[in-house]
Amino acid sequence: MAAPETSTAAVPTLYTNNTLRNAFGGVLSFFILLLIGVMAFSIRLFSVIKYESVIHEFDPYFNYRVTQFLAKNGIYEFWNWFDDRTWYPLGRVIGGTVYPGLTLTAGTIWWLLNSLNIPLSVETVCVFTAPIFSAFASWATYLLTKEVKGTGAGLTAAALLAMVPSYISRSVAGSYDNEAVAIFALIFTFYLYIKTLNTGSLFYATLNSIAYFYMVCSWGGYTFIINLIPMHVLLCIVTGRFSSRLYIAYAPLVVLGTLLAALVPVVGFNAVMTSEHFASFLVFIIIHVVAFVYYIKGILSPKMFKVAVTLVVSVGLAVCCAVIAVLIALVASSPTKGWSGRSLSLLDPTYASKYIPIIASVSEHQPPTWPSYFMDINVLAFLVPAGIIACFLPLSDASSFVVLYIATSVYFSGVMVRLMLVLAPAACITSGIALSQAFDVFTGSIKFQLTGASSNTEVDAAETSSSTAESQTDAVKTEKPEETAKNRPSRKSKKKEREHGEKPSTEAKAEKKRLLALPLESSVISLLLLVLLGAFYVVHCVWAAAEAYSAPSIVLTSRSHDGLHVFDDFREAYAWLRHNTDVDDKVASWWDYGYQTTAMANRTVIVDNNTWNNTHIATVGTAMSSPERAAWEIFHSLDVKYVLVVFGGLVGYPSDDINKFLWMVRIGGGVFPHIKEPDYLRDGQYRIDSQATPTMLNCLMYKLSYYRFVETDGKGFDRVRQTEIGKKYFKLTHFEEAFTTHHWMVRIYKLKPPKNRIRGKTKKSKSKTSSTTSSPKRSGTKKKNPWQ
Amino acid sequence: MGRTSSTKEDAGALFHSLRSAYAATPVNLKIIDLYVGFAIFTALIQVVYMAMVGSFPFNSFLSGVLSCVGTAVLAGKSNFLSPLFAKDLPPERAFADFVLCNLVLHLVIMNFLG
Repeated sequence: MAAPETSTAAVPTLYTNNTLRNAFGGVLSFFILLLIGVMAFSIRLFSVIKYESVIHEFDPYFNYRVTQFLAKNGIYEFWNWFDDRTWYPLGRVIGGTVYPGLTLTAGTIWWLLNSLNIPLSVETVCVFTAPIFSAFASWATYLLTKEVKGTGAGLTAAALLAMVPSYISRSVAGSYDNEAVAIFALIFTFYLYIKTLNTGSLFYATLNSIAYFYMVCSWGGYTFIINLIPMHVLLCIVTGRFSSRLYIAYAPLVVLGTLLAALVPVVGFNAVMTSEHFASFLVFIIIHVVAFVYYIKGILSPKMFKVAVTLVVSVGLAVCCAVIAVLIALVASSPTKGWSGRSLSLLDPTYASKYIPIIASVSEHQPPTWPSYFMDINVLAFLVPAGIIACFLPLSDASSFVVLYIATSVYFSGVMVRLMLVLAPAACITSGIALSQAFDVFTGSIKFQLTGASSNTEVDAAETSSSTAESQTDAVKTEKPEETAKNRPSRKSKKKEREHGEKPSTEAKAEKKRLLALPLESSVISLLLLVLLGAFYVVHCVWAAAEAYSAPSIVLTSRSHDGLHVFDDFREAYAWLRHNTDVDDKVASWWDYGYQTTAMANRTVIVDNNTWNNTHIATVGTAMSSPERAAWEIFHSLDVKYVLVVFGGLVGYPSDDINKFLWMVRIGGGVFPHIKEPDYLRDGQYRIDSQATPTMLNCLMYKLSYYRFVETDGKGFDRVRQTEIGKKYFKLTHFEEAFTTHHWMVRIYKLKPPKNRIRGKTKKSKSKTSSTTSSPKRSGTKKKNPWQ
Repeated sequence: MGRTSSTKEDAGALFHSLRSAYAATPVNLKIIDLYVGFAIFTALIQVVYMAMVGSFPFNSFLSGVLSCVGTAVLAGKSNFLSPLFAKDLPPERAFADFVLCNLVLHLVIMNFLG
């Protein structure tokens, strides 16, 4: 390879120089991308190194169980699977209520590897699916940003996305959840949309629809795509950027996309019936109207067009008003205006806390705090505004899409902390653009200052490939007029190849360069500061990945003066259940632990994390809040054999059932009015010490958590609530203790069988007041308890 | 009044100019227009049939209507947008894309038809 030599304006040598440089740049970006993929994969492996290769949290256990079923029984059984080991006695239709994308992806990878005789177990494939797809996601970010601003910005954005802590938190090795593949599908769909917008080719429109189909399969957040893209189309129409490429990018997506979305069983006919999709149909109609108007404008003379406009406006307006009135009447007749509960809580953040306590109680659905922005996207938080400004210079279809994406995702991330994940790619794209532009300006100034303004071709040859394309197309844009007067000057209306043969006027370029050049010292120092900024970002991301987001939450560790303690109580309890109970025994617990119980203990549960049936959960909540006898009645009517309770008082584990008790009372009280929250509160607080209310001290949750607790230290000091318990010595009459784990974190109780012989007279009234602990009749209560 | 008659005159002149301008388009594009019109007409017939007979099974209705709309969209774009069409794609490529998109559309339709 010949060394690039400076020369005067000899076109063939310049041509060779540029091609060599471009080839070198191409190979370099390929290797950079490879390294970015490796880094994205490796930074997520901390939990495997620190703990073990295990599935984390709660939801991934359900996905793991479904993948196991798929791997064992094949796809037809999977589509038709009715699961009778959960939500007893209702069961759950798995085929119709699960987003199949993740499990099908992992199942396909497992099947492929096993058919190639690489015998990886299902668990290994599930654990490592998320890091692999995060590498794909960073490559997709590179492609997307390259379409918007060029290769330099693309590489920067890809590097930022590979490390951003918000994405790491949901895609660490072992976090086998929908977002692991959904974020890749999201970015890839957006990339294909932008590509169709730039090239106007129907091929990319078809690929866009297929990628959208993959996104619908993977995550409920696909409604973000199907609302963002129509919003962007509307924005383009309103700002006068309507073109045939916009039509090709949008109209096939709506038709094909709606059909493909309706194919997925969990979406089904919701694709055309719910308000979440109406925006796309409305904009579909609008874009046809606009295209028709442009067509008429093109074939008529201006005077005739004015006449047509007045005619249409006067007649059409009346018809439009009638149609819209009918539509509004239809939509307003349904109580939620056709939106689902979760989407409504996104639009009105206070909706869930008023009407649906279950949605309000999930910790991921709370609004984020200000520090969490800095924790999750760190340095990007203040690079984003610079990126937004860079998108406006110049504004193209693609960069207006990026601006709209970041604006909407910032709003939604402010509503729910879980949606910070959707903000992360947008933040990386805009920050990548900002950083890359800044680097371009600084390095350009340095080179300009170092080589002087003597030869423009020298400056040409010395520039990096991305800034070459940028400045050349900039100059091209200012000089060449567009074909029609309608289209705004858009950089992307031409193919984006290196236009070597063209020589824009050198004087304009030199003048522009001289004005843009900064002093040498400030450029060097600014470059160093930018690199330092990047270094801080990397350090923070690695720390966040290692310390904050790698906890598997099924195994806990703590450091003390005598070493590392490992709390493996959850798995201990589930293993005990698996080995010491019958296969058909039913286990009742709060819904948090349902997925883990079915997956690891392989026992039927009453409620689990899917929370689709509020009444069933309220039944369990009522049982936990009732006194022993009433709770025994409820559980006995559900065929429950064992009750599982999580208790953190001995070791100081704060996420135990006593801390979650307020939700049991609220959800139970929402359906069964005889559970009243003020009965459990003293001075507006839930207390378990001597000041607690008698209702609280007699309820099942208190008794099951603190039974024999006083034997541990003699005083019954609860380390989480930091106080001694109120009722220390009591016996259980309807339950017996079956198992308590090593650190008392999980306690399992067995229901005592009903008495065979009732002492005394066998009248019905007597059996109600038999010699068990008397349930404290709440005096003056008028509401009938349906369980007595 | 003079106002309304001038409006009527304008409307008449408008229709004349529309018709003459449309008659000036090439024959190929008019044939494609006919195809698009036929597709939309078929969709309308399906909607009227559904209104008369009821919407069960809904998936078949959806796939039928959307297939007509889809073919109308795909075919109509070339004529509809002729004033605005950026001629940067070679026509063979455009036709190949059109065939591919139609293939995918009909594959999905046949799967969804039930």
